[in-house]
Amino acid sequence: MTATASPGTPGVLGAAIKDALISAVLTALLLTPLVGFRATEDGGGPLILTYRFGLVAIFAGIVAVLRLVLNLTLWRPGRTRVKRPPSPALVAFTDRIGTAAKPAFFVLLVIYPVLAVLASGGLGPSRYWIDIGIYILTYVMLGWGLNIVVGLAGLLDLGYVAFYAVGAYTFALLSTSVPVSDFFAGALGADFWRLWSFWVCLPACGLLAAMWGVILGFPVLRLRGDYLAIVTLAFGEIIRLVLINWVDLTNGGAGISSIPPITFFGIPFSSGDDGFAALFGLTFDPMHRNIFLYFIILGLAGLTAVATIRLRRMPVGRAWEALREDEIACRSLGINTTLTKLTAFSIGAMFGGFAGAFFAVRIRFVSPESFTFLESAVILAIVVLGGLGSQIGVAVSAILLIGGMEMLRNLTFLKSDWLLGPDFDPSLYRMLIFGFAMVAVMAWRPRGLVSSRLATIFLKQRKKVSADLVAEGHG
Amino acid sequence: MRSWDRDPILSVDHLSMRFGGLLAVGDVSFRVGRGEVTAVIGPNGAGKTTVFNCITGFYKPSMGRLALAQGVPASAAEIHDLTRMGRASVKTAGGSLHLLERLPDHKVASVAKVARTFQNIRLFSGMTALENLLVAQHMGLTESGLLSPAALFNLPSWRRKEEKAVHRAIQWLERINLLDRADDPAGELPYGDQRRLEIARAMCSDPVLLCLDEPAAGLNPRESLALNDLLRTIRNEFATSLLLIEHDMSVVMGISDHIIVLEYGRKIADGTPEEIRTDPRVIAAYLGVDEEAVEAVEAEVGI
Repeated sequence: MTATASPGTPGVLGAAIKDALISAVLTALLLTPLVGFRATEDGGGPLILTYRFGLVAIFAGIVAVLRLVLNLTLWRPGRTRVKRPPSPALVAFTDRIGTAAKPAFFVLLVIYPVLAVLASGGLGPSRYWIDIGIYILTYVMLGWGLNIVVGLAGLLDLGYVAFYAVGAYTFALLSTSVPVSDFFAGALGADFWRLWSFWVCLPACGLLAAMWGVILGFPVLRLRGDYLAIVTLAFGEIIRLVLINWVDLTNGGAGISSIPPITFFGIPFSSGDDGFAALFGLTFDPMHRNIFLYFIILGLAGLTAVATIRLRRMPVGRAWEALREDEIACRSLGINTTLTKLTAFSIGAMFGGFAGAFFAVRIRFVSPESFTFLESAVILAIVVLGGLGSQIGVAVSAILLIGGMEMLRNLTFLKSDWLLGPDFDPSLYRMLIFGFAMVAVMAWRPRGLVSSRLATIFLKQRKKVSADLVAEGHG
Repeated sequence: MRSWDRDPILSVDHLSMRFGGLLAVGDVSFRVGRGEVTAVIGPNGAGKTTVFNCITGFYKPSMGRLALAQGVPASAAEIHDLTRMGRASVKTAGGSLHLLERLPDHKVASVAKVARTFQNIRLFSGMTALENLLVAQHMGLTESGLLSPAALFNLPSWRRKEEKAVHRAIQWLERINLLDRADDPAGELPYGDQRRLEIARAMCSDPVLLCLDEPAAGLNPRESLALNDLLRTIRNEFATSLLLIEHDMSVVMGISDHIIVLEYGRKIADGTPEEIRTDPRVIAAYLGVDEEAVEAVEAEVGI
């Protein structure tokens, strides 16, 4: 062992202590004006300057200790990283987990409401958990829908929320429309539209969103990369502004309320004799509707996943991925790139439209507020963090991001007196932690949680394609 | 009459390509014979790749006509009529006739059936070798629409079609000795294998004319020989004519039936390999001497 590599030698230790002291002094200097002085207002009186040098000292101490520890361990000069190949037993074990993960995940999703009810002790108290499940699954579905456009076809779409909005408003407008309701009242009975509107409108919402995907796609698909991203971003904003300003149709910023609730295929979730509970011999509970909503979004998300898996194995799906890999080569093989991009755009938009209809029937109120750019950004973040093109990765990142942000709300123990005091609101720091998490993931797994691509067809063995070889697409 | 004049699959007439003030290709005319191997050679910057890009639809030529006759030779009158008509394609007695300069690039590949490879390999590197060959059969597989229900619901009719496509891909993988690596990503293959895979991919799109842009670039002598064999197989076993740009003279002289020489965007020679080998202007272009000095050079090299 050489002298420089040993942590115990005075050279290394001395340098580390010197570095720690310098860092501490720098931290103290930097934080003295920022943290050390504090101007507080006392009930309309003059500002009072308070000094918090103790806090500055604590921070400086933390920095010094951390740097000292890092300099003696991870940053130690001459330290060589030992990279051991994973043992075969571990590889076999992770493979076994990998094959078992998907069915286990699916079963868990199906029995999740039962678990939630059992764990929280009753239908009523389980409401919070069921709602979180619905919330997360909505984003899983949106992530999978956007994954078709961004992950498979490699088209950076920053305005995906526009299609979500189209779906939501299509359902909201059709289900609350008096002429449509009257028309069906004349043909199929007075209650028909109130009970069946969601089931009739759902395909319409998807189709209309897909149509908007085509309308947007035609002019913008000749753009590439950053330009495509900017135009799709603008499109998302245009849709939102139209929703705000076309007051006659959309009721502007006030939104559309009193959207009819979901029914169990025509049977309302009401306490009456013809309600769901009475017909199935259950005691009425408003939670029945929420649990049913959970299964609807589970079904819709499942449809998205199955459709994507199927599409990937079809020529059109392979053409999307080929397009992401090399557009010029695609054209040299006779693939009509415009048409292929349009199909990706419109199919992605269609699933966004389905999710939008679900959103409208769940909240029973839509307003332009729900379809801001932030939504697009969150959905895109889910896709990028999960790993472009990977369905399981997108699902996991949706659970981590959306579920994780929800969980931060629950950190009430931080409010206890001995920690940060009752004034501390952990939910205010959600976005900060969210940002840190994003940076961390991008630093350690720059291609997302699941970065490898699975081949769509194989002769002998389905191999994983490492992310270094897979292109990200240039729009 | 020369064989390529008797039955040309592609007739290039007065092709010019101008980029701003630069004349990359000026008034080049030649014929590509059906079932032959035609090589385009010339010093760097002579405009060879530009000619290729015009033929395969990636550039729209500034001037000129590119007439491709599928099936049977087209008469001058037929080509003239189609040019007058203002349409891109027409059915003739025994085949069809296409004016390539009027077709968008993807239709040059899918309708006129001209396939190409690229000077710097353009494989789908994140997809496996097998997937690459299946993407190439896209047009055949999507005859009944991009989103045909049969494919969406995996009906037996679709599965038969897909099996056929996979079978064909396997045949090509066998032919280029890559069957064992069918499930490996294309980007992981050795360079020489990538070259051959790109040619196989182009052949999977069922072309009548295959344009190869420097297929032997970067290959070692052994790989060059394997490439020669592959190109001969393509010419002898398939109804595909070959047009290639190449610097490797062992490939050019070994397999070509017809050579066209470009220099500074103009055609300076056109003939069989023997004629080209002894053409004083070609020697001048390659050795870089004035035309007046050609005789001296010839004497020196012993022709």
